[in-house]
Formats: sequence, C-alpha cells, structure tokens
Amino acid sequence: MTSPMSISLHVNGERVDAQVLPRLNLADFLREHLHLTGTHVGCEQGVCGACTVRVNDEIVRSCLVLAVQTNGASVQTIEGLSDSGEVADLQAAFRSRNALQCGYCTPGMLMTVQDLLKLEIAPDRERIREHLSGNYCRCTGYQAIIDAVQATARARMGNPS
Amino acid sequence: MTVAKPNSGLSMHDRPNSYIGKSVPRPNLDRLMQGRGAYVSDMELPRMAHVVFLRSPHAHAKIKAIDTFTAKRMPGVIAVVAGQELAAVITPWVGVLSHLKGLKSAPQHAIAIDRVCWQGEAVVALVAASRALAEDAAEAVSVEYEELEAVTDMRTALDSRTPVIHASLGDNLAFERIHEAGNADRAFADSDEVIETEFIFGRHTGVTLEPRAVVADWNPAEARLTIYQGTQAPHMVQNVAALHLGLAEQQVRVVCKDVGGSFGIKVHIYADEMATYALSKLLRRPIKFVADRVESFNTDIHARDHRCKGRIGVNRDGTITAFEIDDLTGIGPYSMYPRTSAIEANQVVNLVGGPYVTRNYRARARVVFQNKNVMCQYRAVGHPIACSVTEGLVDLAAMRIGLDPVEMRRRNLIPDDAYPCASPTGLRFEQLSHHASLDKLLGMMDYDGLRAEQATLRKKGIHRGIGIASFIEVTNPSAAFYGVGGAKISSQDGVAVRLDAQGSVICQTSITEQGQGSESLTAQIVGSVLGVSMERVRVILGDTDNTPYGGGTWASRGAGIGGEAALQAAKILRKNVLDIAAAILQSAPAELDIVNDAVVNASDGTPRIELKELARIVYFRPDTLPPGLQPELMATRHFVPREYPFAFTNGVQASWLEVDTETGFIKLLKHWVVEDCGTIINPQLVDEQIRGGVVQGLGAALFEKCVYDERGQLTNANMADYLVPMSGEMPDIDVGHVVSPTLESELGAKGAGEAGTAGAAAAVANAVNDALAPFGTLVAEIPLTPQVILTALGRI
Repeated sequence: MTSPMSISLHVNGERVDAQVLPRLNLADFLREHLHLTGTHVGCEQGVCGACTVRVNDEIVRSCLVLAVQTNGASVQTIEGLSDSGEVADLQAAFRSRNALQCGYCTPGMLMTVQDLLKLEIAPDRERIREHLSGNYCRCTGYQAIIDAVQATARARMGNPS
Repeated sequence: MTVAKPNSGLSMHDRPNSYIGKSVPRPNLDRLMQGRGAYVSDMELPRMAHVVFLRSPHAHAKIKAIDTFTAKRMPGVIAVVAGQELAAVITPWVGVLSHLKGLKSAPQHAIAIDRVCWQGEAVVALVAASRALAEDAAEAVSVEYEELEAVTDMRTALDSRTPVIHASLGDNLAFERIHEAGNADRAFADSDEVIETEFIFGRHTGVTLEPRAVVADWNPAEARLTIYQGTQAPHMVQNVAALHLGLAEQQVRVVCKDVGGSFGIKVHIYADEMATYALSKLLRRPIKFVADRVESFNTDIHARDHRCKGRIGVNRDGTITAFEIDDLTGIGPYSMYPRTSAIEANQVVNLVGGPYVTRNYRARARVVFQNKNVMCQYRAVGHPIACSVTEGLVDLAAMRIGLDPVEMRRRNLIPDDAYPCASPTGLRFEQLSHHASLDKLLGMMDYDGLRAEQATLRKKGIHRGIGIASFIEVTNPSAAFYGVGGAKISSQDGVAVRLDAQGSVICQTSITEQGQGSESLTAQIVGSVLGVSMERVRVILGDTDNTPYGGGTWASRGAGIGGEAALQAAKILRKNVLDIAAAILQSAPAELDIVNDAVVNASDGTPRIELKELARIVYFRPDTLPPGLQPELMATRHFVPREYPFAFTNGVQASWLEVDTETGFIKLLKHWVVEDCGTIINPQLVDEQIRGGVVQGLGAALFEKCVYDERGQLTNANMADYLVPMSGEMPDIDVGHVVSPTLESELGAKGAGEAGTAGAAAAVANAVNDALAPFGTLVAEIPLTPQVILTALGRI
C-alpha cells in the first residue's frame, strides 16, 4: 500500500478535495467517500455497466477508473443528472413503461441511454439494443427499456430544446 | 396486452379509484431511477466493520492448518475467525424436510471446520475497518490443505469406486423418488411408436446484479440482532437466525429495503450470511458482508444441471400413450438450508407430462452429492426441465408420425372443459386453458404464415424454425410446499390497513418487493376496495418488526396470497369507515359508499364527508361520536389457500429463430407467450414479469452455464466468461392472456413470475430442432452453444 494522494475534482458541479489511495477506484470513491450510492457496483470488471458515470462528458465504467485519474476532471453521477433535470423525460418514460424492476442497473442504464441520445437523435430499436449491450439487466428482458428509449427519442425530436 | 375474457369476481372495477386490471405505474420508481434507493450494499452504520471470507481454492480438501498470525496484525484488522471459533456462537444445520422421504444431508457449518467440500466454501473470516483492508488481510492468511479426490461427475457419483463425500451418510445419494401411474409398460408395448432421448441441462445461476448483501447488527445492550438483508423471505431469515444463534425470534429483526435482483437466489440462507450474523454477535458491532462477483458465482446457489432420459409412446393417430423419465441431478456437497435441494428434482417428477391427458407415467429422479457449489431453487424450479423434456418428447413423437406439432398438442392437451381434474402425479388442476391459450398464440404469431415463410427461406438455404411449448406452473403454494415438511416457512401472508389522521392509508404487508411490483399491487387493491386514490396509499414491507407475519415473495405467490390478504383487510376497513360515517351522518352504512377519498351517497354520489374529516373526528374529537361507538380504523387479515395445494397456471410459448448452419449461431427473431394467471391486477407488470422471465429462460437456452473442470474448479466465475442475455441478442416478446380466475380467493389472482422462465428454453430447443429438420439431426442439450449446434451437424 502506498500513501494517499491529493485529488481535486468536480462531482455533479460541486468541488471535491480528497486524499485517496492510488488503488481506490472511482466507483468506490463515489460510493464510500462521497456517499453517492446511486452508482452501483455489479461486476467490478467493466462488464455489467451498473457503475457507468460520466467523466468530462464521456461515459466510463467507474470500476475501471482510478479515483486519482479524475484529478481535475468533472464527474457526473445519476444524482447529478437527476437533480439537474437533464434526464427527467427519460425517467418519466422509464416510469410509464415500467422499464425497471429491481432498479439496480437503472442508473447506469440511464447514463448510457442519455449518451446515445446525445449522439444520435433517432436511433432505431436495433441501434438502441446494440448501444445498450454493455449494460446488463436481469429483470426486464430489455424490451421495456428499448420502448422507453424510443419514446424519449421521438419526444425529443418533436420538442427540440 | 390482450385479454380473452374480462376479469370477474370483483365489483369495484369501474369506480373512480378502480386500479385492479389497470396498468398504473409502480409507486416509488423515482427513488430507484434517481440513485436514491436503499440497497443493503449501500448501508453504513456507526462502528460498522466489513467481513471478507477467505475461500477454499480446492473442491475437496482437508484443512491441515490455518496460520492467521500475520493477518491479525495487518492494518485495520479487527478479527480473524475460523470455523471452530465461530461454531461456539452459531450451530450447524442440516437441509432436510420430512415430506421429502429419505432426503439426507450432512451438518453444514457457517465456516468450514477441518474439511472443505467445494471450491468457494468459506475457511476464514477477516473482519476489518474496510473491505479493502480485510482483503489485504485475507492474502496474509496461510492455509495448509491436503487435497482429497473430488466427486464432480454426477453420472459416476453413485459408483462404488467413487469416494463418499460424507462418510456418515453411507453414499452420495441425497434423495430418490420413484413414481408410477397407470401402466407404462403395457402402454409402451401397445404403442405404434416409442421414442426416447436424453436431455441435458447446463448448470447455471441467477446472476443478481446486486450481489448478496447483509449487514448484521447485534446490540448487546438490547440483546437484539437486526439483520439488514436483501432477502425474499424476512420471517424465514428471522426464524433461522434465531434458531442457530440461540435467540428467541423476537430478539431478531429482519429489515429488507431495496433488493438488486433476487429470482430465487435470495430466498435461501447461505453459510456466509450465517457467519456474518454470528460475527456480529461475537464482535458486538455491525458487520457488513457484500459478495463480490467471483464469490457470487462460487457461492450463490446454482440450478438445473440435470440429465434426464425421456421416453414417449405414441400411436399413429397422434395419441400420446405414455411418458417415462429417469432424471439425475447433482446438487453440490450439501442440501441447501432451509428449503433443501431435492425440490427441483421432485418438481420434475411432478410436472412432466402435466399439460396432457396421458395417464401412464413412470418417473425416477435421483439427486446426488458432488464437490461443486450448492444447487437449489432458482426461478421456475424444475419447470424448465419438465417442460423441455415433455415438449421435446412431444415434438419428437409428432415428427416420427408426421404430424404438425400444433395438431399433436391439440389432440393431447387436457380439454378446457375437463376441469377440475388431476395429473398422473396427483396434482390437482382447478381450471386451465391450454386450448384457448394455444389458439390465441397461433393467431398472435400467424403460425400458418410463418410456416410458409419457413418453407420459402429453406429453399434459399436459410434455416428458420418454429418451436411451441405448452406448460403448467405451480403458483400460490399452500403449506404443502414447505410447512408440512417441518420448515418454518410460512405459506400464509397478512396485511394490516389503517386510515391515518389525514385520511391517507398505511398498509403493512408481509410480502416483499424485489421489483416485481408487490408494493404497487398492494396499493392498487387497497385503493380499489377502499375508494381511495393510490397516491394516498403507502405500503410498508420488508420488516419483521413492522409487518404481519408471512412468507414473503417467492414461488409466484405475492399477488395471489398477499393480494387476497390486502383485499380482505381493506374490505374490513371499508366497513368500519362506513359504520363510523353512518353514525356521524345519521345515515345507514348501506346508503353510503367511498369514492375519491370521500364518503358519498351510494345512490347519487353526492359527497357527504371526506375521509380526512372523518379521521379528524375519530382521532381528535371522539367525544362527538355517539356513545358506545369505538371506531377501529385499522384492520388486519391473513390469507392462505386451503382448497388447492397449488393454484396451477398454464400457458404456451413460441419461438421463431434462425440457425446459421455454418457458424452454429442462433438468432432469436421473435418470441410469443400466452399465459393464464387468473385475475390480472396490473397488466403491464404481469407482462413485464413474463418478459423478464422469458429472457432468463433464453439465457439458459443459449448462453448460461457454470463450467466446471474435472477437479471441481469453476472456470468461468466472472461476468466476462459467464454469458447472460444482452439487449442486442434478445428478441421482442409479445404477451397475451387468457383469464381463468381461481375461485379460491375473491381476488382470483394466480402467480405470473415464473411462467416465462418455465417454457422459454423448451420453445427455443424445439425451434432449433425444427430448423435443423432437413439435416436429420437432433439437439437435446442446453445451452445451445455454437459448439453444440455444429457438433450436431457433424461440422466439428
């Protein structure tokens, strides 16, 4: 074990200064140090997508990023996206379509969906299914999620902000 | 969704607050979507420490010595505890039930003592200030093992040359069941054709996205243990924890908030969870255990892993004359506790041939011990095996006599007007709808159109297949499941409903929520019966201190049993409210109704008094009520099915897929399900249960398998190597319904949680064989990997 390092970053718009061990990953930093428990840990090897967060406008698996790598970065978690209202329409679509059951994959899923919808305004079902293939859901069978994403994309096209 | 018959049995379907039968959104989804859920893995308590288990790298070995000297001196380490020390706090258990005659198992300890019996069994517990520090300490423990021969192949587990895992048991046979009905020998002898094959089912597991997690908090000052655990059955956990820690049940509180997936994985009690409870008691502080993913694969129960020889007799007119099975399954070194590991094989015997009129049936099931991870009940227990064997045999028989698989089923499925009746194994069916379901399915999928498309594409070298699978599903289990065998697992559930001081409604229910919609269905039923808007109904579940006693949510029982208790409790509260309103308004209860949160005239709907005002009077101005009137604004009711041991449901699934005969890859194109779960409380939630269940069945059909080597090492214990369905590979799934309510309850609801999983793999396997028919080959093994397909085609 080496000694802690100082990092300074923005998380959901708030400045955070912390001392962290070099081995600490971003998911554990968010959950255990900042108590942002909306970022979930499913596999700890970058496969399941439950820990997906946004770092400097790119989505990443926070279990594969070290906290020290985010020094100077801007990190957005599901708490930030929710409070800012950025994904309010997407969340409403998930609610009305029951696109979540246990909800454990949902924060990561919403992160990834929002990433897709920022890149493409009108993805078809196959494209949505492909983009979400790195986010596992064991409850829904995915169809309701695809439906909710498609509904959100359509609504956003009709109401460009 | 489409419904063939309207719901019946209730009178409150078309009132303003009628939620039964409507797709209203689940309450409290926002919490989960905003990252504000309360999963056990998120929990922190003052003075909480973390436990990590050092686990056996061997499938079978003697523990010669454990050296914890260095580990105990590592930074942040609070305690290092091995099996013997922990055994002073918690007693061992034996996973047997008396109604499974002959089932045997050996005592299992929370942490291994002297010997390990599977790769992944806990050997030492390391408790430290953080999980990372506990993991560091685990690396400093040295354990000396003497490796023993591992029993891994279930086919040779009973051979005399194979070592016996538990000498005290005499052999490796955990359980055997033989069943004979009718005269199978004569039926086979008289049949025009007899077809047999062996069906092979891979060992797979639930892969809940949140691993198992528990925080145990022993408070010595209160002599009370609070267990925060992602579990489907809080009262069961309370009973078992108290029993083995030497406590009274009232000294144990089990709290279960949000749960990141369950599917049967979290309905058991695992040795490492028992160890966590015991460590809390030993160390007098909160202890948290969260499995990592490798531990999940090595210790979460596995399921299936059956080899089942099946035989069917058929006459040229399409009459099925007999079924016979010889099923073998390996369950790991211990029968799981407290539900046991014989249930799946027992269910296979119960369910094979279940949809059909055939009376001649012979079955044998054997359950053997092995040095692999434990196996136990996972979503749709036994059903996928029974359904795949039955429907595989029915298709083979149809193929042999040149009959269309749909026509084959029409000639043999139990007629819809034959109920009530019983299966050859004595299962009693109240009312099923096999033929109506099949007819509906064929319409939804355009069966004839697909057959034509299949023929056209086949000429172009494109091999598509259609697979049909009819099924029955056990739901709403009575005490026949566990209670009669001596397990303290309640089959009844209770709901308490009360009007608060502002006219809102608080419901406490003993069923639990892991995303199925238990909270929603409870609120929908209570709101409908009371005439209260759903926003004013709050549901409390998952807390043994604050809910009535009951079973929880498993075996497709929440809606049918907990829902009926909610309905009956709400009816009593409604009566009580109307009695009080009549006294206040100097009216008669029969002249009043409750609509939109207010008492109204039954005749013309004129508002008379808001519930809010009624509650104010009851709670704060009872002095204004007539003398002798004692208002009761809280009502409790319990329910358990008594007439039928199980409320059977039925359904049928179809798969349309394409097999690439060059690569062996299968592309799922479409999947259809028609099922009959009786009264539907929330159509959207039922459909989503079906879809989610189907996809778990599709995972088993195509991808999921725990791959062990001959030494008992699990070789793919991570999410990169163990494949689960991803969104890109899954088809859209159309769901339809036929509605045959059970008359055993006023609600009429049966379960729907496992129907999807029950028949999905059978439909896929039949579709693959349909696609491969021109090649004259048969596949009877899942998962249907490219290797299995190419091997069947003789390409590798």
